Amino acid sequence: MSLTIQQPERVKKRFVFSDLQLRPFLLALVCAVILLLALTAAYAAGDRNPYAGDAKAAKAGEYEFRINCALCHGLGAHGGGRGPDLTRAQKKHVHSDEEMFQVISNGIPGTVMPSNGTNGQGVGMTDEEIWQIITYIRSVEVKAPANAAGIAAHGKELFYGDANCSLCHMVEGKGGRLGPELTAVGGSRTRESMIDSVRNPSRQLAWGLTEATKEFPQEYETVTVVTADGKQIKGVALNEDNFSVQMMDGNEQIHLLEKDKLRSFQKSRESMMPKYSPDALSDKDLQDIVAYLIGVGAK
Amino acid sequence: MTAGRLLANLLIAGLACGFFAPPARAQVTFERLLNSGKEPQNWLTYSGDYSGRRFSSLDQINITNARSLVAKWVYQTGATGKLETTPLVADGILYATAQDDRALALDARTGRPIWMYQHQLPGDIRPCCGRVNRGLAILGDKVFLGTLDAHVIALDTKTGNVIWDIVAADYQKGYSFTVAPLAVKNLVVIGVSGGEYGVRGFIDAYDAATGERQWRFYTVPGPGEPGHETWEGDSWKIGGAPAWNTGTYDAVTNQIFWPTGNPSPSNRGEGRAGDNLYSNSLLALNADTGKMNWYFQFTKHDEHDWDATQVPVMIDAGGKHLIAQANRNGFFYVIDRTTGKLMFANAYGKTTWSDSKDAEGRPVAKKEASPTLEGHTVCPGALGTTNFMAPAYDPQTMLFYVTARDQCDIFSTAPQPYEAGHAYYGSAYFPSEDAEPYRGFLKALDPTTGNIKWKFEHTSPTWSGVLSTAGGLVFTGDAEGNLIALDAASGKASWHFQMGGAVYAAPMAFAVDGKEYVAIAAGSAVYAFALP
Repeated sequence: MSLTIQQPERVKKRFVFSDLQLRPFLLALVCAVILLLALTAAYAAGDRNPYAGDAKAAKAGEYEFRINCALCHGLGAHGGGRGPDLTRAQKKHVHSDEEMFQVISNGIPGTVMPSNGTNGQGVGMTDEEIWQIITYIRSVEVKAPANAAGIAAHGKELFYGDANCSLCHMVEGKGGRLGPELTAVGGSRTRESMIDSVRNPSRQLAWGLTEATKEFPQEYETVTVVTADGKQIKGVALNEDNFSVQMMDGNEQIHLLEKDKLRSFQKSRESMMPKYSPDALSDKDLQDIVAYLIGVGAK
Repeated sequence: MTAGRLLANLLIAGLACGFFAPPARAQVTFERLLNSGKEPQNWLTYSGDYSGRRFSSLDQINITNARSLVAKWVYQTGATGKLETTPLVADGILYATAQDDRALALDARTGRPIWMYQHQLPGDIRPCCGRVNRGLAILGDKVFLGTLDAHVIALDTKTGNVIWDIVAADYQKGYSFTVAPLAVKNLVVIGVSGGEYGVRGFIDAYDAATGERQWRFYTVPGPGEPGHETWEGDSWKIGGAPAWNTGTYDAVTNQIFWPTGNPSPSNRGEGRAGDNLYSNSLLALNADTGKMNWYFQFTKHDEHDWDATQVPVMIDAGGKHLIAQANRNGFFYVIDRTTGKLMFANAYGKTTWSDSKDAEGRPVAKKEASPTLEGHTVCPGALGTTNFMAPAYDPQTMLFYVTARDQCDIFSTAPQPYEAGHAYYGSAYFPSEDAEPYRGFLKALDPTTGNIKWKFEHTSPTWSGVLSTAGGLVFTGDAEGNLIALDAASGKASWHFQMGGAVYAAPMAFAVDGKEYVAIAAGSAVYAFALP
């Protein structure tokens, strides 16, 4: 007896485009309905900012911004460790109020910008509140062009040359691996915080690996260990838990170590990045490097 | 009849006669809950017993052999988000919850599911902090689940079938349940969540047989009730004071001790002048009537979201009947549970909000600790020195173990109008960039003095609770995914296992067929460990 399993006879008929071609009228009707629905939805979501320029709405928006956005974008929308400075008139992902509404509602895939109501904290903002927040952001925008200060071309030369940034940092696939990759940094951090990171690299360590279920990301802490055979290794922590550490040394070698097998383990928040004083890197040169990074980050 | 069929018939006959039935699955009576210490193989309440100690008298796994612990099974829930459940174990079956109001029963030896239940949640629920649930209560032949849309549901322990399902409050106004209920006598006691939505908090008791409500205690007193005068105007109507963590029960005095959370709005005191009773309090309620015998308020007129919802642990020491609570505000309080009088309150973490105490010895908030428009830094931050992480008390070492965090936040006011069902914070808080990096600890506190006996520092702050066992061990989890066994006397780590997901739950212990297990939820899974 054959063991072949018979296919069920009734295969659900698939809906194919050719069906529509046979019914041009139906197609037109469907298209019209879709168009109508889309228009209605767009109108219902508030295609236009109903509060544009309204100072009272901007104030309400400021409080909503503090509650919903400031964790990443900073108090005053000046940007934080995670989110871009929103006081810049020129933004990477959005231009119009309507685009901003879409981004706040739906998030930006591939970034940490979440869609409204998905952070587990309640049901999210109402449309009205989103428009208030947009009105607030518009009210604090500084209309200066993003690249006014600094000469990006010279900054690029310095980055890959005399300033030695590229020994440890990579931009657009070129550079070292020990420090954070900086292609996007110009789009996500303020000019002031980038300058501060060069002048005082240890004041606020950069964030590294973020694990999905962990509350805090890894930071670029400096780790110094002495192995069981007496070898000292100094480098940057890639990740760590109570019992193991994954680190990269100055030669970009990765070391995977169990803490209880080490002779000593020391962790420091003194960054491996040298502190660039104005003597080593002038304010003007630093401005140029930042201008370069902002230019790359805006792409 | 072949030999095989004969055997099969014999087996069926044997089963019918009960010869081959597993150990009698006796119902979990109130007497068994009261005397849970006599059956350490089972874990019958959220905290392991009515005292809230989260202590197991099992000692097969102990300080000498913990190094050889191995994972015995892993159960994947398939749910995403934080898994905060503490499983129950009764007679070889493990009952747990998971995100989005799942409940499940597993073979405690193998982790294989017996039944699964998932409550159908509406799309517009109002969870405060994730679609979480912390566990079930068991009584008779039912387990009880509180849901994110504010239902209380009784499930059949054998099938997971719904026996009754009642609606306690309107979820669209921000009411929800995340707590593991507590079964006492014939009642299912449960406290509501929603302190972020301007709910009026309550603790309910339902008849376990029918689901009929037997009493409700409003944690915000209404007009004419004592304590009502501690609210400005109509602020009591949306005063918060939720009750979202499991309390304890003292059979000698027939009192339920249940802690309450923040007044609403959580981070703004303007508009609710007064102490805001009974927010951030410990309540002593008559188990039969829900009438309050006494209360102790930890943080008056709170403006930092410092819920006092930590498990109130009953401790008997020095001839005194006490309750110890390591509070979210950074102080460790020990209270005489007969009178409700404070014995002492000592800081067990970094605190900057109080530099004085009142006549009763209660820390008093500095005026400057209030949030401001510009924002300023206060320690602990809004997440608190501890939070919902279950603590443990070990009667052998006489130490109280608690997960602690040092973190300061910038508190900044952000006035919001109240709108039903809409988040109602009144302020925003941010990690303080200039402060020290956040640090996480397991701390062992002496409840007679409040002193810190030892501390174990984690790589980063953890949300894991703690289990202590008669094997001289303390178990806890870390944010990096390890379950860790430590020497209960010294805090030295003796074993760990990397589970691959952060821990938001507390460990528990049980035994089946004479073999001790330690179970904990991490990532999206429940793990069980035992000796090889």
